[in-house]
Amino acid sequence: MGFDYSGFAGRRPRVAVHKFSSCDGCQLAFLNAGEALLAVSELVEFVHFAEAGPVDPDAPADIAFIEGSVSTPEERERLDHIRAHTGYLISIGACATSGGLQALRNLYADGVDTWRQAVYASPEYVASLDTATPVAEHVKVDLEIWGCPVNTAQVVGVLHDLLHGVQPTQSRDKVCLECKRQNAVCVMVAKGMPCMGPVTQTGCGAICPRYGRDCYACYGPAETVNTDAQGNRLIELGLQPADVTRRFHFINSHAPAFRAAGNKHRSE
Amino acid sequence: MGKSHRVLASHALDTLLAALRDDGYRCVGPQLRDGAIVFDTLHHAADLPWGWQDEQAPGHYRLQHADPSRAFAWANGPQAIKPLTFAPRETLWESRIEADGRMQFTATLPAEEKVAVIGARACDLAALRLQDQHFLEGAHADPYYAARRRNLFIVAVHCTAPAATCFCASTGDGPLCTAGFDLALHETDEGYLVDAGSEAGTAMIASLSLPAATATRVEQAETAVAAAGERQTRGLPSRNLRDLLFANLDHPQWDDVAARCLSCGNCTAVCPTCFCHAEHDVPLLDANLGRHEREWDSCFTEGHSYLAGIVIRSDTRLRYRQWLTHKLGGWHDQYGRSGCTGCGRCITWCPVGIDLTEEVARIHATGGGHD
Ligand code: SF4
Ligand code: SF4
Ligand code: SF4
Ligand code: SF4
Repeated sequence: MGFDYSGFAGRRPRVAVHKFSSCDGCQLAFLNAGEALLAVSELVEFVHFAEAGPVDPDAPADIAFIEGSVSTPEERERLDHIRAHTGYLISIGACATSGGLQALRNLYADGVDTWRQAVYASPEYVASLDTATPVAEHVKVDLEIWGCPVNTAQVVGVLHDLLHGVQPTQSRDKVCLECKRQNAVCVMVAKGMPCMGPVTQTGCGAICPRYGRDCYACYGPAETVNTDAQGNRLIELGLQPADVTRRFHFINSHAPAFRAAGNKHRSE
Repeated sequence: MGKSHRVLASHALDTLLAALRDDGYRCVGPQLRDGAIVFDTLHHAADLPWGWQDEQAPGHYRLQHADPSRAFAWANGPQAIKPLTFAPRETLWESRIEADGRMQFTATLPAEEKVAVIGARACDLAALRLQDQHFLEGAHADPYYAARRRNLFIVAVHCTAPAATCFCASTGDGPLCTAGFDLALHETDEGYLVDAGSEAGTAMIASLSLPAATATRVEQAETAVAAAGERQTRGLPSRNLRDLLFANLDHPQWDDVAARCLSCGNCTAVCPTCFCHAEHDVPLLDANLGRHEREWDSCFTEGHSYLAGIVIRSDTRLRYRQWLTHKLGGWHDQYGRSGCTGCGRCITWCPVGIDLTEEVARIHATGGGHD
């Protein structure tokens, strides 16, 4: 089903915000908009947004945001239902775009069982899939917004574009260029910190380097990344191979570029 | 102008700052922040990096203690003076749809703020000259750049402490500042020697009623700067590498460097001559309003070569080749000289320490550089 970008003919588009396996933090990107959220709610009709009030997960929507990864049988079914009733589907956050932290279990053959037994007092009540996976592995996704968490400018910007009949895009440049625009001093060069900015997608405003710490890759892989050169540099800076694996696998371990880069140093 | 140096005692630097402020300037100067020497608003001479020097190597920068009586015993910081004239991000215009349906555009030119920058180096001045050529001297002068540039007063400081990454002597741009400043300072053991390079600079010196410097002291100071140039070890094989690079577009060295390069764009972002930028519209919820911004871009991004649905330079090999062939080749056609002023920043601030002088040396050695 193609999406008609030509706007909504004067009516307020219906917007749904769905939650899957996640921490709820990405939905805060809407709530954190503050006054702008009032402006947004005049332009769109929130038909389902549990964190903000309206609850009607089955309501058809013109635009749906999905937070969270697919990690239970129920979620797998619900996702098909949402796709069938949604015009433009947007996955938001590391969980929905790459599987998120919980996708670490995908790296281990018996990850789910081992950790379920270790974590829960009554593991028999927990119904989980063996893997936690991104939305796009199951249904067609029209746009991915990466980040852990995503921010207000991203979600509001996308809504703005759709309201004006523009196909939204997300920059996939590296964090470094924004770091330089913000006049931050490079923590990798000036302090030898294992910054992941050179392989990480922009969008955060280079927050971490601006506060003197190293980027930990929460926005996932950038375009045209050289994870080999990055991994080698981290070793040169004194990281052990297992630490390099953790740098790549921390938040977006299921993103192919980071999964492979982390596994490379894991098996060495 | 010329060899009419005056003497400014070390403790009188604040007098110079005060005189600039009296003339309406905001003083900007080097100071310590986050483990580096950066340019920021300078309130007191005491805030200068007294007793600090920089240790630089490919992918490496650290501050070290130096002679406490020197404020300029360092080479250069992570960013040149470029952001003072070419803003990393700025709004170019705003638009509004009026009640009658007409669209109004308003240029958002920067405020006319007088800025005096203290501590510019010879490599910075040569780079600013190139930026002037690019932004001001074409068929259409850039009014945003122009508004900042015409309000800039430059107090240069001749360099006596080049870093291991510096090669301004090789490019012919330093370490002595020869043009493009209002005032230039020599830092010596007995205070500063001041020389004017413009009418504004001459007027400033006159207003300070400074005593004349002896010819011997000027000679000693210039000898120290020349010696600094001789201590530089890096260099390019020629000041014009245009033909060499364009004759070697298929050289295997491009693959070699692509295997090491992160395609991160740090080299272009710290280069004082790079001028590339991207423009986009900022999403505003009020459909009647629009805001158009530009921000620094780099030939290492996909957007830089995006044309009609395809990315022309889709891999790192082509992007690194673009950077080097433009910087050291294409600039000769555009601006009559190389785009490199030997500041060494792209070497130091490359996270993986890629050194353009080494890349060039390898192409020069095997690509027909020896004639
Ligand atoms: S601090 Fe990190 S993000 Fe910033 S330029 Fe350095 S490597 Fe890139
Ligand atoms: S190419 Fe490198 S050394 Fe030359 S001016 Fe640019 S940043 Fe400085
Ligand atoms: S094309 Fe690359 S090297 Fe040339 S000015 Fe632009 S960013 Fe700098
Ligand atoms: S040469 Fe270095 S700074 Fe430039 S894009 Fe490559 S890795 Fe980044």
